[in-house]
Amino acid sequence: MTIAITPTQAPVAVDEDKCIAEKGCTVCVDVCPLDVLAIDLVKKKAFMQFDECWYCLPCETDCPTGAVQVSIPYLLR
Amino acid sequence: MKRIDLQYDLVVIGGGTGGPMAAVKAKERNPQLKVLLVDKANVKRSGAISMGMDGLNNAVIPGHATPEQYVKEITVANDGIVDQEAVMAYAAGSFDMIQELDRWGVKFEKDETGDYAVRKVHHLGSYVLPMPEGHHMKKILYRQLKRGRVEVTNRVVVTRVLTGADGAVNAVLGFDCRTADFYVIRCKAAVISTGAAGRIGLPASGYLMGTYENPTNCGDGHAMAYHAGADLANLECFQINPLIKDYNGPACAYVTGPFGGFTANSKGERFIECDYWSGQMMLEFHRELQSGNGPVFLKLDHLAEETIGEIEHILHTNERPSRGRFHEKRGNDYRSEMVEMHISEIGFCSGHSASGIHVNARGETSVKGLYAAGDCASVPHNYMLGAFVYGRLCGENAAEYCDGRNPLAVDEDAVEAERARIAAPLGRGDGLTPFQVEYKTRRLVNDYLQPPKITRKYEIALRRFDEIREDALQMSAANPHELMRAMEAHSILDCAEMAARASLFRTESRWGLYHHYVDFPERNDADWFCHSLLSKGADGAMSLRKKAVEPYIVAIDEQERTAYQRLRVAPSAAAA
Repeated sequence: MTIAITPTQAPVAVDEDKCIAEKGCTVCVDVCPLDVLAIDLVKKKAFMQFDECWYCLPCETDCPTGAVQVSIPYLLR
Repeated sequence: MKRIDLQYDLVVIGGGTGGPMAAVKAKERNPQLKVLLVDKANVKRSGAISMGMDGLNNAVIPGHATPEQYVKEITVANDGIVDQEAVMAYAAGSFDMIQELDRWGVKFEKDETGDYAVRKVHHLGSYVLPMPEGHHMKKILYRQLKRGRVEVTNRVVVTRVLTGADGAVNAVLGFDCRTADFYVIRCKAAVISTGAAGRIGLPASGYLMGTYENPTNCGDGHAMAYHAGADLANLECFQINPLIKDYNGPACAYVTGPFGGFTANSKGERFIECDYWSGQMMLEFHRELQSGNGPVFLKLDHLAEETIGEIEHILHTNERPSRGRFHEKRGNDYRSEMVEMHISEIGFCSGHSASGIHVNARGETSVKGLYAAGDCASVPHNYMLGAFVYGRLCGENAAEYCDGRNPLAVDEDAVEAERARIAAPLGRGDGLTPFQVEYKTRRLVNDYLQPPKITRKYEIALRRFDEIREDALQMSAANPHELMRAMEAHSILDCAEMAARASLFRTESRWGLYHHYVDFPERNDADWFCHSLLSKGADGAMSLRKKAVEPYIVAIDEQERTAYQRLRVAPSAAAA
């Protein structure tokens, strides 16, 4: 059986102009309880890799530049 | 998978609330002790109080309440099925812990004289202490971990606790959810503080991680305790909570109650006398939802502007701060509209109800060298402060236990078997995804296990769980993150089966909605005034037995005994 991929709108958005992952910052990735954020190694920016969000907000609260914005996932909204 | 071998005296599994306290207190008791705190997330922001907590729900503060009063209240709220000595161990340590947290910098609400501003939410006594600035809780705990020189390992998912030839704990096994490295941590003792099993049922929204509890708390600890041979107590006493519909977080009547907010039906009328969460309260909530008076709401729109402002500050900056943006998106202003509420999916959580890994008043499980604290352990209605007090008890008692104990040889066959079990999904190219297996399990939990409980439905559920167990052996994981979800899916299946078997065992109804068993609708004290204990039988299957309720140390009189069964507002009072 093959694996299909279903795209969904990610609740966590990262403003790439503000994100300073290229300077070595990984705060949002570090604090996420669900471990769903990652650094894109090509773009050197944080992004939501897995749509498994508890909309708990440590990523947004702890981001030093205010680059992370969490929305309530659409299914709940 | 690279194998990493470590050796410690004490391993604390779970760095949310009780875990950090256990680790700090073990080091205080014996600074020479080698203590490791393991978390599958990052201890800076892990667990139920990731974003702090809006108040203490069970503060026993001299001048406001006594430990005896509190033990009575919890006994009555649990239909009498409690180990009073264990509840008393919490109550007796409650005030010391509040004072210690106060010294550590936790800000509690105080009145103009500097006394703690305790509020009444429970049916009988006053135990609620607001923490308007409670969002800093994890920072304060982290500072104590650093000060106490506790070693921390983040992003390691513990899957099993091993015991040696003498039946005592001698190792903890797990893997890194980013590298898939396999961890073998030899130790003399372990504390499980993995929180609730909050990912058994599926939220009504269908969003897998939109659970009431932090979804990292998926029952790993319950499953590892079970496989280590420990007893689990009263698992049929589910946790079901009132919550903001769809958002699936607390509304929260404990915070708003003292300000004049209350749970209302669609007519805006009060229908329960007391908003404190008990099984009976949830049954009345459930009845109102099913009746022509539903849905149920949190009513604040009658309050003054400054009161609502204060409530908003507490609810939108603490514990689940995204509540504010949820309401905003829907245009739901507390000032003009009631907030629609619903009931949560089922779970195991002693923080609010009464089920979990069985522990005594010292935090000891039935396995030598294994301790448990917080939402995963069996001390009822423990909330955050109970996790701290039992974290302390577990840490101190485990430290003493480690003294003079020599580590025994670890069974390498068992280690290899666990390594192979963990590694399997990574090696499979095209199996079922962990998402599918988890979703299906949790959907069936909703279909068949959500109360009211019916024997035939539970039997069907058990058959379907068996089928999924076979399917689960075909799970594939594309990366270490998915491997974490795959291993969690196994824990979720274990917990779902435990929930079903424990419920079928207790052939009566008790604890209101938590164990509302349609085939046996009456409470039956003659046969069932006892705990139920679930453990792994000699044949490897789940086995259940009764355990007598320990002799009471605080007497309960007849009038008090039934206080929580008279929660519905009398018709004449509702009309008034």
